[in-house]
Amino acid sequence: MDELVNKRINQVIKGDQDAFEEIVTMFQHRLYHVCYRMLGNPQEAEDIAQEAFVRAYVNIHTYDQKRKFSTWLFRIATNLCIDRIRKKKPDYYLDATVPGTDGLNMYSQIAASGDLPEEEVERMEAQQRVQYEIGRLPEKYRTVIILRYMEELPLQDISDILELPLGTVKTRVHRGREALRKQMGTM
Amino acid sequence: MNTCQESVIHLMHAYLDGDISREEEQVLQKHLVECEHCREMMDELKMAALFLKDTAPVQAPEGFVSGVMARLPKEKSQAGFQRLLRRHPLVAAAALFLLLMSATLFSSYSNNQQFSFTKQPNLVVEGETVVVPAGEVVKGDIVVKNGNLRIEGEVDGNVTVIHGSKYMASTAVVTGKSEEIDQAFDWLWYKIKSTIKDIIPSSDGEQQEE
Repeated sequence: MDELVNKRINQVIKGDQDAFEEIVTMFQHRLYHVCYRMLGNPQEAEDIAQEAFVRAYVNIHTYDQKRKFSTWLFRIATNLCIDRIRKKKPDYYLDATVPGTDGLNMYSQIAASGDLPEEEVERMEAQQRVQYEIGRLPEKYRTVIILRYMEELPLQDISDILELPLGTVKTRVHRGREALRKQMGTM
Repeated sequence: MNTCQESVIHLMHAYLDGDISREEEQVLQKHLVECEHCREMMDELKMAALFLKDTAPVQAPEGFVSGVMARLPKEKSQAGFQRLLRRHPLVAAAALFLLLMSATLFSSYSNNQQFSFTKQPNLVVEGETVVVPAGEVVKGDIVVKNGNLRIEGEVDGNVTVIHGSKYMASTAVVTGKSEEIDQAFDWLWYKIKSTIKDIIPSSDGEQQEE
């Protein structure tokens, strides 16, 4: 995959815009997913994820092909998301759609194996709940938690993406997880 | 109990990150068996992690890719030329040279509408006609611009008529080449040839020696 990506990138550098379309197609879901989790809003996520691709295209000559393209792309996207979050009112997440919490607890979610027709509904609520809980995390913990758990990236990759020392990333994952545990304990 | 918290919590997180040594893990497990509070906390942390991992991946909406492509800056027309320059500098330089060359030559073609000719002794001018009189021998080349040339005698050299006609009497003798130039392209070709001859005089000299 990396080889194919680099081949396409070289075509883009030579001015072949169509080659970039393939790159967007390859990474669109992962990038959108991160933006969606960071921002918690489909419109904003689409806007920022698209903007991230545009920035990648414009600055493609600054990408070091010895490194992972996805890392570089995620760095652009997370920086854009963080900027967007910081520009917003700090109480934004309080206005976000608050999911119904009645009858929902995590144990039942984890135990449920997916046979019941209500399961579908409950599952949707669980997804909303996840988004809600992530949205309540401070932005610096939110970023590492999303990359660690939703993208399932190795800690070293997260350190490369955020340009933070590995130790700092570990600490933030710990604190984020701890914050999440406390948040959920009070529900 | 509070005394154990700090280091044990660190071990819990290390465990969840898969960043724990065998010895550390044994210490942690041993402690969890003994300490109910920590066991509870460990379970909560595991649940939080599981809760996060349970999320369904979200897909980018339809039309996402075309949306990106539409937002890309349009390639400048300049970019194409710059790319040509970068990739084929020689071709680009040659193209540029030809373009400028032909521009100067064409302009000199249209600007030069005056009657002129190479001054040689024994040439006779009648209006706009240059005459090489019968019995005379002109040594050297003759170039006539915007006029006619009538040769009755002998020319020991090349004859060129630009924008005009050339009449050769039966007695006429031209030892060199004889050319009439009417078209712009002929003119261009002639100009290039004479420029090259000026630059490389050796080939000209050789011809004359023959």
